Amino acid sequence: MTPELFITRHNELVDPFVQVWSWQIPVYLFLGGLVAGMMIITGFSLVKGRYGERSCICSALPGVGLVMLSLGMLALFLDLEHKWYVWRLYTTFQPSSPMSWGAWILVLVYPVLIASWLVRPPALLEDLSQTVERASAWLQARPQAVRAMGAASLGLGVALGIYTGILLSSLGARPLWSSGILGPLFLASGLSAAAAFTHMVARNEHERIEMARLDNVALTAELGILALLMLGLFSGSAPQMAAAGLFMGGAYTAPFWVFVVALGIVMPLIIQNLAVAHRIAHTPLAPLMVMTGSLALRFVFVQAGQMSHWAHGVLGVIRH
Amino acid sequence: MARYGMAIDTRKCVGCMDCVVACKTENGVPEGLNRDWIAYESAGKFPTIHMEIRSERCNHCDNPPCVACCPTGASHVDDLGHIVLVTHNACIGCKACLASCPYDARFVHPDGYADKCTFCAHRVGEGLDPACVMVCPTRCFTFGDLDDPQSAITRVLESRRGHALLTDAGTGPRIFYLD
Repeated sequence: MTPELFITRHNELVDPFVQVWSWQIPVYLFLGGLVAGMMIITGFSLVKGRYGERSCICSALPGVGLVMLSLGMLALFLDLEHKWYVWRLYTTFQPSSPMSWGAWILVLVYPVLIASWLVRPPALLEDLSQTVERASAWLQARPQAVRAMGAASLGLGVALGIYTGILLSSLGARPLWSSGILGPLFLASGLSAAAAFTHMVARNEHERIEMARLDNVALTAELGILALLMLGLFSGSAPQMAAAGLFMGGAYTAPFWVFVVALGIVMPLIIQNLAVAHRIAHTPLAPLMVMTGSLALRFVFVQAGQMSHWAHGVLGVIRH
Repeated sequence: MARYGMAIDTRKCVGCMDCVVACKTENGVPEGLNRDWIAYESAGKFPTIHMEIRSERCNHCDNPPCVACCPTGASHVDDLGHIVLVTHNACIGCKACLASCPYDARFVHPDGYADKCTFCAHRVGEGLDPACVMVCPTRCFTFGDLDDPQSAITRVLESRRGHALLTDAGTGPRIFYLD
């Protein structure tokens, strides 16, 4: 055993910055946001009664959402340090904890995704299982129930998307995260990623154009929200200004401006606007850039947020 | 119910780390991890330079963000004296409390749960002072009930100027450093 002569740990004056979350949390937040966007798109299709068309994207998105959400939950599970106590999430409800809200929202999300999937399940699954076929026929014969489920899917999608941002903003010790606007930002980003994904996999031209338009709206909103976030940080307290500095000459300047803003929002916005105006053909390039940018946004915010601190810009800190 | 807090005289603290060693011994804190530590902060320009040596730990805040963000209720404020504690077998190790603490006072115990200073609640419950307070060779600590007007800590905070850490974070820290 090594004798501990120097006892220094977990303090701003000692450690450069806290580093508790690695790749798992950004991946979880990205997949959660993506599924939230898919639920919003599916919900809209169900409310509009488009499930009657076999080619409707609402037949594929809930199934993909189930897989993506499960992968996200796996990433979150891998991040837990006390894994076998995860069931403790469901023995209580803590109203002040967004993570507790998220755990219970997911309990509602899964059944709604499964039910949405059953409205128009893939033909292969219908052929394989008579129960699925019967459930599908039962739902299709009840348009009001399907519309209610669509509304639930829309509402839960918005809640899930906002939750992925509020999860960070509730941790007030990190000035970069200390803003409720992260909720709408992550919702817009999740919706744009889902629209981009749908744009790539949609089978009919009409839906592709519709998704490109939706993506453009979400990306524009995301740009606006990012601008408001930066404005809020720069007009805030000294630690908030120091946190904004991480993107303005600080450690995360290049990843933020290159991967999140330029390649993840501005470039695909230009490409998709040209495609919607029929000046160029639709390609998977712009949607891929949007999805990569959405993932990069989570990585940049989770990592940079951990680097921001209330002591920054306030104390004359000398590190030993 | 009491509301325990701590005042530390920065004029007496010499940074000997006896408090750190006492804490590790008393609480069996694993190697490489600490519930308390010594921080040195220098400010000013020669010849008007100032240095403060501080024994730091969890601030057992009045408005603890680690308790608010805990999804399972493992982080909680106890009934003994508003001490912030962690129920080990209710903690899932999500680390939200680590990210929410502006003092970086928490760490993940090798067994998987979030760990931190407990103000030696097991000792305080028996009427004793925390281990760090007991061993200090310069007697720079004063521990007691902040709500009791007759307690030593209330009297020392009334008679001396002091400061708490990162009060702008809005957590209401209950560790005070006497100037």
